[in-house]
Amino acid sequence: MTDIAPHAPAPPASAPAAKSSTELLAIAGLALVLAAAPLAAYPFFLAQALCLALFACAFNLLVGYGGLLSFGHAMFYGSASYLAAHAAKVWGLPPEAAILAGTLGAGLLGLASGALSIRSQGIYFSMITLALAQLVYFIALQSPYTHGEDGVQAVPRGKLFGLIDLSNDVTLYYVVLAIFLFGLFSIYRIVHSPFGTVLKAIRENETRAISLGYRVDQYKRAAFVLSATLAGLAGATKAIVAQSATLTDVHWTTSGEVILMTLVGGMGTMVGPVFGAFVILAMQNYLSTFGQWVMVIQGAIFVVSVLSFRRGLIGEIANRFKISL
Amino acid sequence: MSAYALETDGVTKEFSGFTAVNDVSLRIRRHTIHALIGPNGAGKTTCFNLLTKFLEPTRGSIRYEGRDITRSRPADVARLGLVRSFQISAVFPNFSALDNVRIALQRKRGDSFDFWRSDKLLRQYDSRARELLDEVGLSAWTDAKAGEMPYGRKRALEIAATLALDPQMLLLDEPMAGMGHEDIDRIADLIKRVAEGRTVLMVEHNLSVVSRICDVITVLTRGKVLAEGDYAVVSANPSVQEAYLGSESPEGAGHG
Ligand SMILES: Nc1ncnc2c1ncn2[C@@H]1O[C@H](COP(=O)(O)OP(=O)(O)O)[C@@H](O)[C@H]1O
Ligand SMILES: [Mg+2]
Repeated sequence: MTDIAPHAPAPPASAPAAKSSTELLAIAGLALVLAAAPLAAYPFFLAQALCLALFACAFNLLVGYGGLLSFGHAMFYGSASYLAAHAAKVWGLPPEAAILAGTLGAGLLGLASGALSIRSQGIYFSMITLALAQLVYFIALQSPYTHGEDGVQAVPRGKLFGLIDLSNDVTLYYVVLAIFLFGLFSIYRIVHSPFGTVLKAIRENETRAISLGYRVDQYKRAAFVLSATLAGLAGATKAIVAQSATLTDVHWTTSGEVILMTLVGGMGTMVGPVFGAFVILAMQNYLSTFGQWVMVIQGAIFVVSVLSFRRGLIGEIANRFKISL
Repeated sequence: MSAYALETDGVTKEFSGFTAVNDVSLRIRRHTIHALIGPNGAGKTTCFNLLTKFLEPTRGSIRYEGRDITRSRPADVARLGLVRSFQISAVFPNFSALDNVRIALQRKRGDSFDFWRSDKLLRQYDSRARELLDEVGLSAWTDAKAGEMPYGRKRALEIAATLALDPQMLLLDEPMAGMGHEDIDRIADLIKRVAEGRTVLMVEHNLSVVSRICDVITVLTRGKVLAEGDYAVVSANPSVQEAYLGSESPEGAGHG
């Protein structure tokens, strides 16, 4: 029964299926560029940028592959940042343990907030995540451990595994790069796993996924926790890099910024959010002389980029060459 | 064990005052092909949504294989082997045709929460997926993007994915809508073939198909059961001729 009715149009050429090999190449290329990057830019700036880039990738895992738009992802980034800062400064934990504590803390927060939000659909889900993030923000504002407007300052970087002194910015950068690549590869693994396949199916057609017997809420909740944990990894690392945790990290503008980075770079692409993060940071850096106008210029660029390349920078390139990046 | 795979008792669905399904008691005998027919808006799709738990009934109860599923969740109903297709073609548009079938075959693994493994292990389902695509006449479309396939092909793809679950009972909502003659015959034959050892409930407007492959027909109008029986009985019923077919008698359309 392989015959095709004569009136039937010819089948289209094969789908530009997610070629995971090109994505791996893109990650490898990115790793090479980032390894050489300290030749061209300040390692401290680069290390901070990588934290935000990983945050954007973690966010993208949820929205780009799970179709869930969180308006409150700063709650994971920020609370992990506070937790890591507190662990390193007050408890005197070494950096690896402080980062682990922050990451796991964000994962637990993801479990709790996911349980409350995941059953809501569309914009309601987004609104609940925003409300929960505001709650976390007010806790950070009031709690005695977070020191209100001042934040946690003078966090010691310490020695990684008791061996590697992180006070040197170049050393610090390569440690952060290793963490970043670990995070990015984890996302790659998740997206191209049996779990990731179901997640993408849910994004494509949730009703159909249900009718095939998939309990979609459980998959979405798992994706939410994974995304929160990786966002926590980014935030906790940032606390060690910047040696501080502040209200900015949990503020709604940070939740907004990560959406911006992901959309500009390319939602649902593997390396797009990294580019998005660097574009936004570079813009803030070079436009800082414009003061208040940075926000306006940023907003304008955002509108233009969303209108003219809907798939984001990397998404448009990938689409042009029919590859997956 | 009862002779019926699916039984409903007085199932009713009201949408803010409007009764779409009104006191419907259906009994679908195991290992038969049962047709649900009726004019547009009669409540056939709503019935399917109720039976597969995509909608909560306002009143009434549903039993599947002796089990009360009135309060079950839709994914769990599917896991019991009661699987539906949709009237509005339901595919995963950015997946290839092969991946659309494979995601259904993947259900055999149980849950897929293993996010640390490579999806390459899903290739074990490729050969079965190709077989199923072949059965619905989609061999040439294996790598095509589902969203770009013509309507009739999407319908066939959905049937292939539904069969991939190897369900005990299939609910097919207008499976042949939008298909050409040859494909209609192919899919009708396929349904007839897969119905051996399975139960099928299908909504179908093509009466020649209904008369050819269906054992029992239930006619629904304005949410209520108007008549039930085999094709000869139903088509001879004057109120069916009046309500469903207007002046045209079913025999007129019924040469299959
Ligand atoms: N979710 C809904 N809300 C309100 N009315 C609905 C809903 N779904 C279906 N209906 C109404 O119920 C009636 C039956 O629709 P449907 O079951 O789709 O009919 P059929 O499949 O027999 O053509 C229609 O009048 C339709 O407008
Ligand atoms: Mg219908």
